[in-house]
Amino acid sequence: MDFFPFKKYTSRSFRIGGIHPPECKLSAGNPIVALSPPETAVIPIVQSLGIPSSPVVKKGDRVKVGTLIARSNGFVSANIHSSVSGIVRKIDEITDQSGYLRTAIFIDVEGDEWSEEIDRSEELVKEIKLSPREIIGVIEKNGIVGLGGATFPTHIKLTPPAGMTAEVLVINAVECEPYLTSDHRLMLEKSDEILVGIELLMKAAQVKKAVIGIEDNKADAIRLFSEKVRHYTGIEVVALKVQYPQGSEKHLIDAILHRQVGSGQLPVSVGAVVQNVGTAFAVYEAVQKNKPLVERVVTISGKSVHRPSNLLVRVGTPIRQLIDAAGGLPEDTGKIIVGGPMMGKAVVNMEIPVVKGCSGVLLMPSLESQRTKMKPCIRCSRCVQVCPMGLEPYLLGAAGELSLWDRAEHERVMDCIECGCCSFTCPANRPLVDFIRLCKAKAGAIIRARK
Amino acid sequence: MNIILLSTLLLAAIGGISAVILNVVARRFQVDEDDRVRLIEEILPAANCGGCGYPGCRGFAEACVKASTLAGLRCPVGGDELMAKVGAMLGVAAPTSVQMIAVVRCNGTCDHRPKINRYDGAQSCAVESMLYGGDTGCSYGCLSHGDCVKACRFDAIYINRETLLPEVIEDKCTACGACVKACPKTIIEMRKKGPGSRRIFVNCVNKDKGAVSRKACSVSCIACGKCQQACNYNAITLSDNLAYIDYNMCSLCRACVEVCPTSAIAELNFPAKKRQESVD
Repeated sequence: MDFFPFKKYTSRSFRIGGIHPPECKLSAGNPIVALSPPETAVIPIVQSLGIPSSPVVKKGDRVKVGTLIARSNGFVSANIHSSVSGIVRKIDEITDQSGYLRTAIFIDVEGDEWSEEIDRSEELVKEIKLSPREIIGVIEKNGIVGLGGATFPTHIKLTPPAGMTAEVLVINAVECEPYLTSDHRLMLEKSDEILVGIELLMKAAQVKKAVIGIEDNKADAIRLFSEKVRHYTGIEVVALKVQYPQGSEKHLIDAILHRQVGSGQLPVSVGAVVQNVGTAFAVYEAVQKNKPLVERVVTISGKSVHRPSNLLVRVGTPIRQLIDAAGGLPEDTGKIIVGGPMMGKAVVNMEIPVVKGCSGVLLMPSLESQRTKMKPCIRCSRCVQVCPMGLEPYLLGAAGELSLWDRAEHERVMDCIECGCCSFTCPANRPLVDFIRLCKAKAGAIIRARK
Repeated sequence: MNIILLSTLLLAAIGGISAVILNVVARRFQVDEDDRVRLIEEILPAANCGGCGYPGCRGFAEACVKASTLAGLRCPVGGDELMAKVGAMLGVAAPTSVQMIAVVRCNGTCDHRPKINRYDGAQSCAVESMLYGGDTGCSYGCLSHGDCVKACRFDAIYINRETLLPEVIEDKCTACGACVKACPKTIIEMRKKGPGSRRIFVNCVNKDKGAVSRKACSVSCIACGKCQQACNYNAITLSDNLAYIDYNMCSLCRACVEVCPTSAIAELNFPAKKRQESVD
């Protein structure tokens, strides 16, 4: 019995700004269900940050689950493997998340035949036999990218640039976006595998310490992991305050390690390597089970959705199939968002394929989707108060409207993480993030042209 | 009385000393400048539009005085008339060049190019273009928010409320190039104004394959090549699924306009063609 009225954990958080949008974790209690493969898989060749991968298959080729279909094409690029078995129908263009036509590999699915190298058994494999370099090699071969949404190729993150060494591995199990629960369910159902994945990442990054950051609203996951890490050396669990954007790399490092990553610097410059908990699970599957990244857990949710679910989806599945599995498109749907409501992107149709970075599909009711008319800025400074990077969003938004790119650069627009806190709080309904994104694109182009 | 005299003399002394200091400083730090710069600047339009490529009218005036010839220096707002005056002032020959005009190369009205979703973001073409491919099936077409209208300093372009496309007012356009730079889809191009203001151009910038662009817009260019075959002056090239008419080679014969199956080639300011009666 606990006599003292103090909390055992004091939930940490980052230093400035942030907001607390309604959590809406409607699907948190629903276990992961595997979705059957689609009839036609459409796998875009852009599935990671950096250079698009080059297809290595052509029309008529037969593929199995796990066959390499596109090769990494440069330093920042990743391999892509088939998530289905069947015949390649064509390499053509499809409108993807970006809203533009992009090249993708179309595969007509036949059966569900997996590559012989992949170990499909459920048995937990704890023993780590490979050296750090070998682990990174396997991660690269299997096309593992950051599953938090940024899709940065993992093998590059684990190899710090010259002059920097990693000290701590930070596991991002925060899932601060409202509605999304895929990481939460993965933690509850695959905790042992995730911990082995964390050990693999620790070995690959050559660090002795790992910290798992979990937000307060996932008390069951915090309890489960706090219990399990007792059997591992060097791993601890830290509870974090429910504050958006707790899951942002720089803010997570600030909250857990009390270190601030400098402007324009990488997290490894303060000794931290951050990986999403879903990536840790993918690393376990890649190294211990020889399984490339071909499927991931996607939350499908929304206030009018009949069955908010967490589905294990093959890459290349059209989101129409997820919507049907969740009970069909609600009648009052106004927007379909891929990702979370804060940083996700509205999409133009339901044929958009699920890619490696897709963590959720949200069906927002029409009344909640429509923006109200933009009004003039009233200089209330709420945006400044909530900006977690300490910027002045009203000023950057005005610079975007008036095309003042050099002013925007001077006011540190490149530090913006596009979290959306400013747009969320603005009482004049100004679409600040839209203008700031424009500033970043233009100022970024100017900066690159200078070099 | 004494104090009044003293105050007056003191103030006069301060005034006198200040005058001397100012005079000395003004002479010491005087910027020597060719007087012609000021004279030229006075006859320039003072719009500071940057169409000449120099920072403002003053910048252009300085460039004119510094250069030995006026080759490559032209104020598009003032045109040949103005450059003749500048030439006269500097005692050099004034260049004449062809009058250009802004041309909008998209005909994707609501009738031709149906909308397939609704855009609900910041009302700026640059922002929408960055976010996604637009609310129609053609991701190259005009987005109708009027970034070009905002950029124009001469009120020479406006968005037609019915077609939702920009239209250039011929008399006011000075070919300064601001709208060309403002359009994120590079729909507006600077082309020759043409004799009697007549010009012919491909009214489309869609680079998707013919089948895709035709499905999105009924008047898109499908790069079938019929125009290239019809042209006797080698003015038409095809690349990236799009036809392009070189305005320097075009003879304004209109052969291409007639053969285009999607009516993607536009002719401006031509008299209506007389119908040829067919003889049975």
